Formats: sequence, C-alpha cells, structure tokens
Amino acid sequence: MVNQYAFFFDASACTGCKACQLACKDRNNLEAGLLWRRVYEVAGGNWEKRGEVWVPAVIAYNVSMACNHCEKPVCAMSCPVKAIGKRDDGIVLIETGRCIGCRYCEWACPYNAIRFDAGTNTVSKCHFCFDGIDAGEAPACVSACPMRALDFGDLAELRKTYGDNRQIFPLPEPSQAEPALIIKPHRDAAKAAGSGAEVANWEEV
Amino acid sequence: MSRRGFLRWGAVVGTAAAAGKKLSGGLRKKGAASGAGQGAPAAPAVEKMVRTGCPSHNCGGRCLLCVHVRDGVIVRIDGDDRPGDTLEDPQLRPCIRGRAYRRRQDHPDRLKYPLKRVGKRGDGKFERISWDEALDRIATEFRRIKAAYGNQAFYVPYGTGSYNQLNGRQTAERLMNLFGGSLGFYNSYSWAAISAATPTVYGTAVTGNQRQDWLNSKYILMWSWNPAEMRDGTNSEYFVRRAREKGARVVCIDPRMALSAVALADEWIPIRPGTDAAMMSAMAYVMIKENLYDAEFVRTHCLGFDETQMPPCAQGAESYSDYILGRRDGVPKSPEWAEAITAVPKETIARIAREYATTKPGVLYQGYGMQRRAYGEQPVRAGCVLAAITGNVGVPGGWASGIALQAPDGGPAWIVFPTGPNPVKAQIPSFLWTEAVIRGKSMGPGDGVRGVDSLETNIKCIWAVACNALVNQHGNINRTVRILQDEKLVEFLVVQDNFLTPTARFADIVLPACTQFETWGLEDGWKYGDEVLLMPKIVEPPFETKSDYRIAADIAARLGLAEAYTEGRTERDWVGWILDRYRKTRFPGLPSLDEFEHSNRGVYSVPVTRPAVAFADFRKDPGRHPLSTPSGKIEIFSQRLHDMNMPAEIPAVPKYIQEWESPFGPEAGTYPLSAIGHHYLSRVHSTMENVDWLNEAFPQRLFINPVDAGPRKIRNGDLVRIYNDRGATVVACRVTPRIMPGVVALPQGAWWTPDKDGTDRRGSVNVLTSERWTPLAFGNAQHTIMVQVEKAAKA
Repeated sequence: MVNQYAFFFDASACTGCKACQLACKDRNNLEAGLLWRRVYEVAGGNWEKRGEVWVPAVIAYNVSMACNHCEKPVCAMSCPVKAIGKRDDGIVLIETGRCIGCRYCEWACPYNAIRFDAGTNTVSKCHFCFDGIDAGEAPACVSACPMRALDFGDLAELRKTYGDNRQIFPLPEPSQAEPALIIKPHRDAAKAAGSGAEVANWEEV
Repeated sequence: MSRRGFLRWGAVVGTAAAAGKKLSGGLRKKGAASGAGQGAPAAPAVEKMVRTGCPSHNCGGRCLLCVHVRDGVIVRIDGDDRPGDTLEDPQLRPCIRGRAYRRRQDHPDRLKYPLKRVGKRGDGKFERISWDEALDRIATEFRRIKAAYGNQAFYVPYGTGSYNQLNGRQTAERLMNLFGGSLGFYNSYSWAAISAATPTVYGTAVTGNQRQDWLNSKYILMWSWNPAEMRDGTNSEYFVRRAREKGARVVCIDPRMALSAVALADEWIPIRPGTDAAMMSAMAYVMIKENLYDAEFVRTHCLGFDETQMPPCAQGAESYSDYILGRRDGVPKSPEWAEAITAVPKETIARIAREYATTKPGVLYQGYGMQRRAYGEQPVRAGCVLAAITGNVGVPGGWASGIALQAPDGGPAWIVFPTGPNPVKAQIPSFLWTEAVIRGKSMGPGDGVRGVDSLETNIKCIWAVACNALVNQHGNINRTVRILQDEKLVEFLVVQDNFLTPTARFADIVLPACTQFETWGLEDGWKYGDEVLLMPKIVEPPFETKSDYRIAADIAARLGLAEAYTEGRTERDWVGWILDRYRKTRFPGLPSLDEFEHSNRGVYSVPVTRPAVAFADFRKDPGRHPLSTPSGKIEIFSQRLHDMNMPAEIPAVPKYIQEWESPFGPEAGTYPLSAIGHHYLSRVHSTMENVDWLNEAFPQRLFINPVDAGPRKIRNGDLVRIYNDRGATVVACRVTPRIMPGVVALPQGAWWTPDKDGTDRRGSVNVLTSERWTPLAFGNAQHTIMVQVEKAAKA
C-alpha cells in the first residue's frame, strides 16, 4: 500500500541529457513548448586570471524536475473550481474538464510544474504516469534515465533508501509544499546558493 | 485539506493522459490515419508493440526501442524494457534522439516523391516526377558517364544518415560494383587521424578492453571525451559512473565543461584546443624527471623511448626522451613550457602526471574531437605513449589508449551486407573528395590515393545516399557549394534521403527514401557492446518512399542488373542472410530470423562476464606474442614514420606542433577565438536537425565565456555573428562559464541556411571550417579554426 508516491533524483549522477524529458513528451504526446518534466541547468562561478592563464572556479549541475506531487499540494488549495486533487496514493491530478484557465495553481506552485496552454485555456502537468503505475509500470522518465539517476516509490520507502534531502538550489524550501521528492545533491550544490549561480537554461525549461 | 477530501480522485482518469492525443504537424493528412474514426463505426484499433533497434545515424549508441503502433501509425516509443539491467548485460537505454523519433518519422517535410531540379543547381527549385522518369534519367546518365569517363568517375560518398546493415550507402555501392565499380574511399570524418595513428604505435586498432573492465580502474582520464553527449557506445557514461562509485578518480580534460564533466568527473581541466599533445608531453616530462614511469615495462615492451632502444636503421635519430627533455631542440617540454601553450597551470599538469603515473591501473581514454584537428595524429600517439610508459597496457583496469576497438576481436562486425568486389581499384581519403572533383587526374599517393599511381579522371557523377556530408558536414561549405554549382565538374548528382537536406538542394535528381522504421534492418553494437538488434519493418513507407535497397534494386533493373543485384532476395531475406553471417562469426548463439522476429525480443545480447583485456598476451610475453608493428613492440618511435622523412609534420615520435590556424599565429590578430564544433544532443551529426522536440531541449547556440562576451558587448541570448575568411554565420548565443576564455563552441551539424547575402542563419559551423587535411591520415581537421565573434543586428 503506497501512501505517497514520490520521485528520487540523483543530481550527482545527472548529466542533463534530458532523456527523462523526452520520454515524458513521447508518452504523453506533449507538443513542443509543453514540458511536464524539464531539466534545469545550474551554472555559475568565475574565471580568475593567474599569470597568463585563466583558471576556472566554475560550478554546474542539473536538476531534473516534474511535478512533486506534494504532500501539501498548494496548487490544489489554490484552485477555485476544485479541478486539482490528490489520489489515495498521493498522485496529484488535474481534471482538465473542470479547469477554467485562471492559472492560480500555476502561480501557487513553487516548482514551475504547472503548465498553461493558451490554445486550450487549461493547465496540465506531470501525472506520475498514473495509468502506468496502476498497471505496475515505472513512470516513463524513471525507466528512461541512461544514468539510472531517477527512481520512484513510496516516499517513506525512498527515505529509507536515500535519506530525506528535499532541497537543492534553486528549489524553494520544502516546507512550502512538502514535495514528494528526495534528492541526492551534486557536489557543487553546496556552493551554488549565494555564489551567483543561476539557472542557465531558462529558454529550455 | 485532508486526504479524505481527495478520495474522489482515486477514480478520476486524467483527461490529458496517455490516451493517444494526436500531435500537430504530422506527415499525414488530418484524420487520414488516426485510430479515432468518425461517423460510421470504426474498425477496432489494431495495436502492436515491436522491439527494434533504434534507427541508426552514426551516433555511438545502439539502443533498444519498444515501438507502439496503432493502425499503422507509431504512437509511442519506449526504451529497453528487459528486466534485470545488470552490469554484464545492461539495458540499452536510448537517448533523446531515439526518444524523439516520432517527430522525425511523422515530420511534414519528409520527402514524398522523386524530384528533378528545375532551377540552377543549388537553387533548391524542384518538380515532382514519377519514379519511372527518375529511374530512366539515372540509368541514362550512368551509362553516358561510364562511356565518357569510365567507372572511376563515379563516387558514392561517405555518409551516415542511414547506417544499419541494410540501410545506407552500401546498397548503392553494391550496385556500382556490379556496374563496373566506382572510385572508392577509405577513412571517415569521425576517426581519420586516430585510426591511422593508433596502429603506428600498436600495430592494430584493437587497443581497448571491454568496458566492464573500467570498474577495475583506479583513475580515469577522460581526454577530449564526452560520452554523455556523443554516446560513445550505449552505456559508456553509465560504466564510468559505476567505476567512479567503485572508487576511481575521474578527471575530464576538455575546453568545454561538457555534460560528461559535470556528472562523470571529479575534476574538469579546460585545455586550449589543439594543444593536447603539449600537455601530454609535459606529463611525460614530469614522469621522466621524477622517475615515475614504468622503466621495466618500457625496457621490455617499447621501442624508441630513449637512445638505448632506437631501431637499427634510426640510430642517432631523436628519441622520445630526447624530444621531451629538449636535448636536440633545446626546449624541455616542461610544465612551464606547456602552460603557455595549453593554458593549463603548470602545477595542474604536474599533478595530473603524478596522479596518472601512480594511481594504477588507470585509463587514459582518448575522445575524437582532439584528433579532428590540424595535427590530429600527434595527441593520439602522445596519449598512447603515456599509457605505455606508465605500464597501463595489457592489464585489467588499464587502457592502452588509441582508437580502442574492443578486445579480443575488434568488436562489432560493421557492414556485413555484401557490396562485392569493386573493379575500380583506386581509393581516395574520404575527406578529399572535392579535390577529386576539381583535380582528380592530378592526384596520386601524395594526396593519399591508394590502389593506383594516379587517378584517370575527375569525379563526374555522385550518388549520395543518406549523405548530408557532401555539403553540410564537409569543411568550408561556401567552397563546396561553388564546386557543386559548376555543372561541368560533377555532371550528375543524385541525392537519396528522407529530407531535402542542404546536400539534397544541390541534386539533379532527389530520391525519397523511407525511414528505418519502414523497412527491414539489422544492427550490432557499433564500437562497443555485444548485441545484435533486429529492426523489423514496423510501418509502411508513406507516399512514394522506398528503402535504399529497393531504390538500388530498381536502378539495377534499369541497368540490366536486377537479378545480379538482388539475387532474388527481399530486404527481409537479406537480414536473414546477414544474421547467418553473424551466427558464423561473432554470435554463434543467434536465433533464426523467424524466431528472432516472432519472439519480439528485439535484441540478442551476450553478457560480458569476464571483460577482455587488450594486449594481455603481449604483456605477459612480448617475445612469444609480439605486436604487428615492424619491431613487434610498442613503437614510441616509429620507423615507418621516420622513413617518410617529413619530420616537421609527421615526426617519428609524438610531438606538439603548432596548428596552421592558432592563437599563436598571425591569424589570431584578426580572428582571436578558437572555435570548436562539438557533438550536440539534439542531432546525430546533421540528422534530426529538424526535430522540434530536440530543438526545444537543446537549441542551436554559440557558447561563449563571459570574459569574451563582455568586451564585445554581447549578452546572453543576443544574436551573434561568427566569421572568418571562409564564411559567416549568425545565431543566438549562450554566455556561459562552462567554456574556457578564448574558445567558442558552435555545435556541429546545423543545416546550412544561407540568407540572400550568403550568411548562414542557422549556426552551421562548416561555413567556418577548412577543407585542409591532416598530414598522415589525410583526415579532416575541421576543429582547427580561428574566428571572430561580434554582436549581430536583428534579422
């Protein structure tokens, strides 16, 4: 019995190849411009001239992120028409037919997980491949990773395996929404906050 | 909110779920092939899932796809679903290129009908014609050119746009050979220098251990190697991860902080492009000065390290130690010397030398970017020498460097489809085809010609199958297109492809090929891996497209060679024929074609339980198991290269040689930035350039350091103009610290898209590259370019 499905993401092993993003797009037929899972490239640091050579003090890593199916789903709390809900197993779903396109949920979500489609005037997001889950399959992104850097399962079980870190720059404090997400940080993550590092690929996410 | 409040969601089926929503921009007319019938009762959807090898375009991976088909249309592509995923027999997980394949498969721009040129060559104006007209024209021109110039005038160029056992240029080569032959080529645009240079040291290209052996390594130097982006074998990046988890320290040497450097390495060391041999030489200097090299192994297994072991015919010639210590030229190849050249701090060079020499066994893995350069042979040889003098050859966890085809047999079987003997004995280096167009008759061994003393004719007819290398991937596009525009040179040009590529725009006749999902094929593990992947025909070829094999068979029929060409076999029959060959050679346990197909397993794999180690026998007993080099030893000094007597460009021991375009030459005054055209995840070379999902993931950009962008008033996202004497291109930029100052990177493969002034607007790097070739291999040196970058006006 799963109480809360969750993702595990190993930032130390993620190359940023986006196989997860593309597996999601194919499985869910997402047009170009619509990303339910996306990969943030964090980059920063400086080059210092030492004598005649430039020496790097550069940091970089990736954060692959979908919807975190939060324990405290602020998207659902913000929805005036109750179009967003949470299953018994913790998966957060949007009932598109009820969506009025007000975009409150998009503003509420601290993870950029909710995506607005102006064409249909509705929002959509990662649904944890719930139909696959119901059929005993892994989410498409998890089984796609060439580095085996993604995992999924019950949040309590994942905590036992991977610990309880739910934060990595530039993600917000987990207390905001209690994300069902466990992260193994990249070694550069500790240097990122306050170093001037930033998301370097906004145009891609 | 309480959980109870959400209970109703337990039964909700998300409406935007995987219910087969139709994507826009499809190849087919709306409603033509959708499972959702309208009006009258629709027939039940016919669904199937087929496991198949990912369509091959000459990436380094060979992956398994699960292709879901509904009513004859591919609706979903999953990856390898085999249970287990062990180190010995890992899943073959596809990258984004395979994942995005539906957007190529169903692309509205797919070529649908044969076309003939109606404007000037290269104007891109075409008219639809029938297959009969196209085939008749081709047969007539082939006969005319054969009569006028002989078979040496035909050329089926290097091209890898379709690249499995039954799809690609080899289908055309077989027909040309039956027709009397065509000018052959050797070498490639990928590996020219490394494939020529490796055997000068080791006498073979089989210098690699099987990759599972990396887990026995304690130190891995990824030199110019970026498997996460170019996929140098499916799972190579994963094996590096596993080696690192087991304790190997991993260091990445690359001008870019590539995806591999971020996720695979403990340390990234940027190095100025084209100077790898200088850093390698300085590492040897440290090892010699600090006595860190394996003197015993050098004494028993190597030749030419110092004056005590020079070959008899070269007594008194400069040994490797002579060069490193500067005994002849007065220049010790010290870390201080190398720092000024490589831009790697001398302390770092010395530290890496010590680490590699003392943390054993270790891998110095040579990628291929560093050898697509002016003197690309030198870093290959220099890296092999470092592997040898540290004694990392022939041991588990070690690595001999070089091209590293895998032990024990060189790995996969490459092209098994029988092209037959070529009656034309002449061969050119693949990169010198434009030379053979403009001055073939003057070309001989000095231009790398093999098989004859000189060519009898220039190239007059080109049949380019799955080849966008002709225009887009060759050096110096603006020069190439001037050559092709002259109809007196190449008199007839046929291009056969899936799309109207920049090369196809220059065709006289364009033939529409189907994709690899639309015919039969077969592939094995490329450089690495012990797998055979079956590629059944999954969907029907749309419109009037045909397989490469069927097109060649149809031309053969016009030439009276139908039976000789097909031997009565269909595409599927040939796949069975090739499977039989595999079974008799590398894969004795292969199932029959029927069994393979009906089991829907997709892949036959041989688990690697005891990874083979190259040169293990030689290591144990070099007397009984000598190498195939002239001396039987590892030739740090090559007698053969010495005898060529071109020491400035082809030295007998590996040396750093300043490139013909360099930050240290006068050209740097005008063009101060080195430019490299790295592999990009959104394409396989130029294939998949037009796939929207991939452009979304990795848009074409110029990558430039803030140190270089700042003084040029270039800000992130600006359009920039990159130019030199050969051409100019305009593209948006990414200002990033992940590339070293003084270097810009423009991912190779973007389709040449000239505006009315001839400026490329797509970031096609080959408008900047040169047609000049490397001295020993006659290989492409396309990464050796200097450029200037400036902010561009908005178009």
